[in-house]
Amino acid sequence: MNPLTGFLLVAALLFSIGLAGALTRRNAILVLIGIELMLNAANLNLIAFWRYGPHPEALTGMMFAIFSIAVAAAEAAVGLGLVIHLHRHAHTTDLDAMNRMRG
Amino acid sequence: MSFAFYLIAALTLLGGLAAVLLKNTVHCALALTVAFAGQALLFLDLDAQFAGFAQILVYIGAVAILVVFAILLTKGSETPKGSVYSRHALAGLVIAAGVFVMLGWAVIWSVRVVPRGPAGTPAVTVLDIGIALMSRYVLPLEIVALLLTAAMIGAVIIAMHEKERAK
Amino acid sequence: MTERLDQIFVWLEQWLVSFLPGSWRPMACIVLSVVAIICLFPALFALTTVFERKGLARIQNRIGPNRVGWLGILQPVADGIKSLTKEDIVPLSADAAVHFLAPVLLVVAVFMGFAVLPMGRNMVLVDMDAGLLFFFAIGASTELSVFMAGWSSRNKYSLLGAMRAVAQMISYEVPLLMSSVAVVMITGSLSLTKIVAAQNQYTWGLPHWYIFTPWGAAGFLMYAIAATAETNRSPFDLPEGESELVAGYHTEYSGFKFALFFLGEYLAMFSISGLGTTLFLGGWSAPLQALNWVPSWIWFFSKLMLSIFVFIWLRGTLPRLRQDQLMNFAWKFVLPLTLVNLLVAAAWRFFGDGWERWVVCSAVVLLAYVGMGWSGMRRGHFGPRSYRYAE
Repeated sequence: MNPLTGFLLVAALLFSIGLAGALTRRNAILVLIGIELMLNAANLNLIAFWRYGPHPEALTGMMFAIFSIAVAAAEAAVGLGLVIHLHRHAHTTDLDAMNRMRG
Repeated sequence: MSFAFYLIAALTLLGGLAAVLLKNTVHCALALTVAFAGQALLFLDLDAQFAGFAQILVYIGAVAILVVFAILLTKGSETPKGSVYSRHALAGLVIAAGVFVMLGWAVIWSVRVVPRGPAGTPAVTVLDIGIALMSRYVLPLEIVALLLTAAMIGAVIIAMHEKERAK
Repeated sequence: MTERLDQIFVWLEQWLVSFLPGSWRPMACIVLSVVAIICLFPALFALTTVFERKGLARIQNRIGPNRVGWLGILQPVADGIKSLTKEDIVPLSADAAVHFLAPVLLVVAVFMGFAVLPMGRNMVLVDMDAGLLFFFAIGASTELSVFMAGWSSRNKYSLLGAMRAVAQMISYEVPLLMSSVAVVMITGSLSLTKIVAAQNQYTWGLPHWYIFTPWGAAGFLMYAIAATAETNRSPFDLPEGESELVAGYHTEYSGFKFALFFLGEYLAMFSISGLGTTLFLGGWSAPLQALNWVPSWIWFFSKLMLSIFVFIWLRGTLPRLRQDQLMNFAWKFVLPLTLVNLLVAAAWRFFGDGWERWVVCSAVVLLAYVGMGWSGMRRGHFGPRSYRYAE
């Protein structure tokens, strides 16, 4: 098994763990935690392919990963702001209780 | 496939598992931090020093703190009544397992097609990254700057206390 | 001969390592340097505690500890024995694992910051290409340990202190980074050894330290303010003010864990002062070319102890800032000034050598400072206090 396969399998496993967390937990913040894990797995894929790809000196994979980190931080900020606002309105972060369109 | 890789990968995956399985939300956030640290070490193992340090600075230094603040502001640190898993948890688990099987199968089967990259360490300095950011990737850089400004202002407005409407 | 003295530690390390077989030598070299750092900086911490208590005492017109040893110099030994033998009380409802890990994480993160500081000519543990980025990344991890300490104690005062401390540290992290970015811009590298090498040049016997330039002086001032706030030192020590919050986030810690927090705080002070001297005060380079015969590590540690003395002086002199005053100061005054400083540093580079750049850059920096101060005073953000008396 070459190193690239190892890194890709770790990324795939991390992605599935994040997906499981996002789909199975009740608390909205834990869904966001799952999303962060998925983004991390994607970044790991990018860097692994950059390192073991044909042209690492072109820096494409590294640049993509850096921009992905920046965008993920922005998305986490907005997502958590939304969760805080929702909590102020519905007094709960339980996603199972938010199953009606009417507030 | 050095011993260090197995250790760091185990740390990252255990952190991720703990982050989605633990009952106490703050413990989940701290386990997420461990997963981020493991991820940064994996980046360093892949000779991507800038990405590794940026990962620590942004994810552990900012996103983890943000998650923790959000947990405290939404009273998430109290022990939850009832189950922490939603009613449809089993379906979610099956979907996630299916995704992993599909991805793993694709990775293992494609190992014959992917060419082996250069064996040596790519000599990437921060100077090269800076030059690339200012020449080839200057447009994405400016757009990300705009995006971050918009996200920051938006997050502040969304999470701000609304003023009482005048009667 | 002076070169022998300058490189004495490097030579000592090579000599000690030469006893081992060839394949073990790189690892042994690193282990030896790590052991040296782990032994040296806690010893310096012990010295600084006496220095601080005596210094504060003198500022406050009293004597300070003078019982243990000559002039109280053995006080840290007494303090150490006390800390290590006190009972380690963990509250019943506290989160035991997180409560234990918080001081450990703090001390580990702070020790890692010393790895990139160049303490003398050829005396840096790891000469990283992105050394400055590594330092700031590790520094950002200390905020999490502060939160862990405050939250795991299950104590309202601890949590409040921890939240204030984390908010303060995050707010002042941005000016800290921005003032360092000006240095990086002028030097063209994130590597700390290259930054010191760029300042190790002399014109007419005077050094090229960045503090002697307009943008460098302003940058150093803002770096110093942000560093004082990052390490929760007075006048920014509301999170751990004894009169405000019992002891803030380390209320529920006793014995060895409290000693670890104390150690972590002082070591953070050392490492951030070390970075400040590297970035602005020329690191290990001598102030005058004529003084080059003094070993480089003596210059580094003298500048470090001078910064520590200034920290102690500030603690004894200035009153504490209130939380909202401190946050307003960070976001509405220091941050815009660091951005202006970046522009000034760019203009410095753009002008090229000559006297015009001195005049223009100094004028812009002073104008920005005066302008922001005047507009801030007018709007009452940080002006004189208004008093309301009970009728």
